[in-house]
Amino acid sequence: MLMYLLRRLGLALVTCLFISVLTFIIIRLPPGDFVDAYIANLAASGSTVSNEQAEAMRRDYGLDQPALVQYARWLGRVLEGDFGVSMVWRRPVTEVIGDRLWLTMVVSFAALFLTWAIALPIGIYSAVRQYSIGDYVFTTLGFIGLAVPNFLLALILMYLGFRYLGLNVGGLFSPDYVQAPWSWARVWDLAKHLPLPAAVLALAGTAQLIRIMRANLLDELRKPYVVTARAKGLTERRTILKYPVRAALNPFASSVAYLFPYLVSGSIVVSLVLGLPTVGPLLLQALVAQDMFLAGTIVLLLGIMTVVGTLISDVLLMWIDPRIRLEGHG
Amino acid sequence: MSAAAADIGATAGQDRFAQATQLQLTWWRFRRHRLALISLFIVALFYAVAVFADFLAISDPHATDARRSFIPPQAIHLFDDGAFRPHVYGLRGVRDPQTFKLVYTPDPNRKLPVTLFARGYDYALFGLFETNIHLLGIEGGSRGDGIFLLGTDQLGRDLYSRMVVATRVSLSIGLAGVTLSLLLGVLLGGISGLYGGWVDTVIQRVIEILRSIPTIPLWMGLAAALPNTWSVTQVYLAITVIISLIGWTDLARVVRGRFLSLREEDFVVAAELAGASQGRIIFRHMLPSFASHIIAAVSLALPAMIVSETALSFLGLGLRPPAVSWGILLQDAQNIQVLAGAPWLLSAAVPVTVVILAFNFLGDGLRDAADPYG
Repeated sequence: MLMYLLRRLGLALVTCLFISVLTFIIIRLPPGDFVDAYIANLAASGSTVSNEQAEAMRRDYGLDQPALVQYARWLGRVLEGDFGVSMVWRRPVTEVIGDRLWLTMVVSFAALFLTWAIALPIGIYSAVRQYSIGDYVFTTLGFIGLAVPNFLLALILMYLGFRYLGLNVGGLFSPDYVQAPWSWARVWDLAKHLPLPAAVLALAGTAQLIRIMRANLLDELRKPYVVTARAKGLTERRTILKYPVRAALNPFASSVAYLFPYLVSGSIVVSLVLGLPTVGPLLLQALVAQDMFLAGTIVLLLGIMTVVGTLISDVLLMWIDPRIRLEGHG
Repeated sequence: MSAAAADIGATAGQDRFAQATQLQLTWWRFRRHRLALISLFIVALFYAVAVFADFLAISDPHATDARRSFIPPQAIHLFDDGAFRPHVYGLRGVRDPQTFKLVYTPDPNRKLPVTLFARGYDYALFGLFETNIHLLGIEGGSRGDGIFLLGTDQLGRDLYSRMVVATRVSLSIGLAGVTLSLLLGVLLGGISGLYGGWVDTVIQRVIEILRSIPTIPLWMGLAAALPNTWSVTQVYLAITVIISLIGWTDLARVVRGRFLSLREEDFVVAAELAGASQGRIIFRHMLPSFASHIIAAVSLALPAMIVSETALSFLGLGLRPPAVSWGILLQDAQNIQVLAGAPWLLSAAVPVTVVILAFNFLGDGLRDAADPYG
């Protein structure tokens, strides 16, 4: 078990390092360097920078060094918590991001939770009542969920809400709470706004998980031990819930690893459509304005938080599922 | 032969089954999957639209006209006074006294006959033959008149024509992206499955890492860095590369798994013992036996590619105008105020959904049929 944990942790660290390299590449991709962009930005607002000043700045930031050294320095600063300054906002990047990052994670986790909460009962129902009307309805709905990209779904919901209910279904807070400091009332307000974006995000994953759950449970239900259990007079509910369902739960355990990054990814586009105060809209703004430190930091932090989120759920599942726990001993 | 001879009781049907090639078996199995068969037809139809896009388009997808902005969808009336005479009504612009917006209403007194194979804007069929013949058009009519099956956008461009032309871009970028991921996937997955050892470990870890990163922020970062000065074609190619850079992992997994399981098969060992070269074993013996699996994986990967392009273009980071793709069309629908006034702008959501659904069913059917002996 310890080995398994260490292996996971090691892989997570490598992943984070990999993400940091990618982030660094993204930061450096636009033509010209940070100082060029800074000067252009200042020039746009009327002030000028002399060549000597520019050179001094380049030396300060180590921009005259080879890329590898620059990467090492940048990584060093990031590890100290210094992510640089946003060019557009003229404030430290971390200040600009504020609690948008946490809200992104809240939305993504809510979607993950919802995915499970919906997929589990429906998956069981579809397998136990195979080829029933309910099974067909859920399968059809599932396919539609799989086929409609979530940002389109968000767009359609926005339109329907606006057209027929006359209200703006976007956002994560009521107008009163948008700027308010954190309080229980604000948390409650957030909780009230969370279901819609979470549902939009969860739909595709739910459809997928229902199909896997259904297929797995169908395989389990055909096994002789189920017949034995039934022959011994167990109630139908116990026969199904006690063993086959638990055995078929495996895909749920492994789904976190690919579902969570997918949800975080989806939340970016959906946030833009629904106007959620997550990092999504900020990232797009930063990229369009070539505010590369802000954009890079968002990509980096999103990636790392996804890795950490996946790691936490991995550990939790290991704790729940004895098969994974025992694997490490072998 | 002796086995067939011993099988005296075999009926003609079983004979047919025993003598069929793998391709035939696969096709028979595939045909049983009704939804997949319909999906195959739909996908073929979409690609046909993509090939004949300019012929099917009615008006120039790039021609703007301020006087035609936000015209609602228009129907073609088939009968005129009981006789079959397809026509559309001319439009009359009326300024709304309250909002001061120009609102178009059909004018039943002005009937514009619709004809087949009408002359319209110039284009080159298959990029080769210069022509100006289109499937539909109207006879006569003044400037500003036209057939607007799905309405027009803010700049007065015909949405139907744009959507037809966008089909070409959206579907081909999916195909190009999948081809590129397939190359990467077969190469890396093949190496991984064939050689095993530390190479396999490294490639598997890279795949695991790539799969654990949220892709859209990464794509956005890479796509945003494309220089503004690049031409439409350059951006198109770059977007294809960006999308496939991350999409190859699933295909690599399929290929690796197949290689791993086939490596131990009798016929591969036999070929090895007979002295066949490694290249011959891979391309002559192993690849044909899992080509169908790859095709199934590809048809499941294609919709993901199409969605990725649509999402990127929707955000304004993908293809850039004057290129037209479904994502670019949907970009106009981003603003809820605009959308409330012109809901037909959302119509590009329909082909996106239908194509994704069709590819998914097709992929499912192919996956089931890929192993016809099972």
